[in-house]
Amino acid sequence: MGLLLAQLRRDLLLVARSRIEAANPLIFFVLGVFLLGFGTDAFRASSAGAVWTLALFANVVAAEGMFQRDQDDGALEQLLVHARPLFAAVIGKLAAHWLVAGAPLVLLGPLAVFVHQGTLQGSGALAASLLLGTPILAILGGIGAALTVGTGRGGLLLGILVMPWYVPVLVFGVGACTAAETASGAAFPLLALAALLAASITLAPFAVAKSLMISQEY
Amino acid sequence: MAGQSWLLRTYHRSASPRWFFEGSRAWMIGLYVVGALCILVGSTWGLGFVPPERYQGDSFRILFVHVPAASLAQSIYIALAIAGLVYLVWRLKMADMFIQAAAPIGMIVTAAALATGIVWGMPTWGTGWVWDARTVSTLVLLLLFFGLLALRQAIGHPERAALATSLLAVVGVVNIPVIKYSVEWFATLHQPASIEIGERPAIAPIYLWPLACNALGYYCFVAGAILAALRRIIVERESTTAWVRDWLRGRQS
Repeated sequence: MGLLLAQLRRDLLLVARSRIEAANPLIFFVLGVFLLGFGTDAFRASSAGAVWTLALFANVVAAEGMFQRDQDDGALEQLLVHARPLFAAVIGKLAAHWLVAGAPLVLLGPLAVFVHQGTLQGSGALAASLLLGTPILAILGGIGAALTVGTGRGGLLLGILVMPWYVPVLVFGVGACTAAETASGAAFPLLALAALLAASITLAPFAVAKSLMISQEY
Repeated sequence: MAGQSWLLRTYHRSASPRWFFEGSRAWMIGLYVVGALCILVGSTWGLGFVPPERYQGDSFRILFVHVPAASLAQSIYIALAIAGLVYLVWRLKMADMFIQAAAPIGMIVTAAALATGIVWGMPTWGTGWVWDARTVSTLVLLLLFFGLLALRQAIGHPERAALATSLLAVVGVVNIPVIKYSVEWFATLHQPASIEIGERPAIAPIYLWPLACNALGYYCFVAGAILAALRRIIVERESTTAWVRDWLRGRQS
């Protein structure tokens, strides 16, 4: 637990002190939201889908940088040598990553819908699904980032690797928003997202740790 | 060795590329012959002699290609994931060679399943592509195969590439059921599976038999193709060993 918190604190400090690039995914998201301009009638029905798709792409963009800086300055190798158990440090890293690149979307998504359409109707389900869904995106993105960090060509390769894993999150996330409008309510898709989140929090850190060890040859 | 069963002994021996290479030639030829025969019989039977379906007319006949391809695509991915797990745990290089051999073939088969599905969908559903449980999960499967190949090529170091692809295959197979059920939860256009193991098939027996014959043929033929690819990879990777050099010299003379 101490290791987890130390790693979390370090990564957040690094973001706060130096990295403007940490804001890139958020800028991408906001730009996308306003360029699409889904306030028009044609887009009104699919605004939740648009927000979710943009959140997904913003996560792919963000995932690429998750380990890159640490790899470049050697901090990643030090982490692999010293951190025991490694998965605890990985959880700290993933949590920091989500707080910077994922958590703001939970507020920005409904806000964008509100700015465009002037109503908060349906934003509860959107916020709840983003709150449960974006951590899953961050965690799965972490596996892809860890596998590709040594290759020197993250970008498109990372996108191809993680896109299939993002499909269920997208399906349940958009499903929650559309189901909230109907009589059946959003309970089922939200619970499914929660289940996926629980499973990925417990399993994925081991996969990330293993991938990092493979990419750094440990 | 006396106490071990034949199966266990074969399993342990198959970890040796040389033993596998020498024993697999007969299997490869046998699988090719049986596969080709079954496909020939099943396709002639299915295309030429079975009556047209009541609602779809003759267009349903693509079933005899589409269903075996779709089923093979999933089987190959699961086989890849098992090989990946074997490689991660025991580091048998044959498991990695199997992944290298089967991944491109799996990708081609998945693409064939998708292509025949689109061709079949045009006249019957009225559209080639819909957001539907099985079209989407097959497309995702294609992406997973592609990701395996792309990751393998991106990592220059052979052993690291082998480990990374194995891990990716295992992570992917955990995702397959999740993806399948998540999309299935949406109302879908695709009919539910007509043939489930342990249940009475919902397909007329007159169509079931040529289909079964074709499916067996496809499985055998693709298994033969994977063996052939595997044999080529063994020769390539073991080219520095004495037995491969002897074998090559024997072929030339």
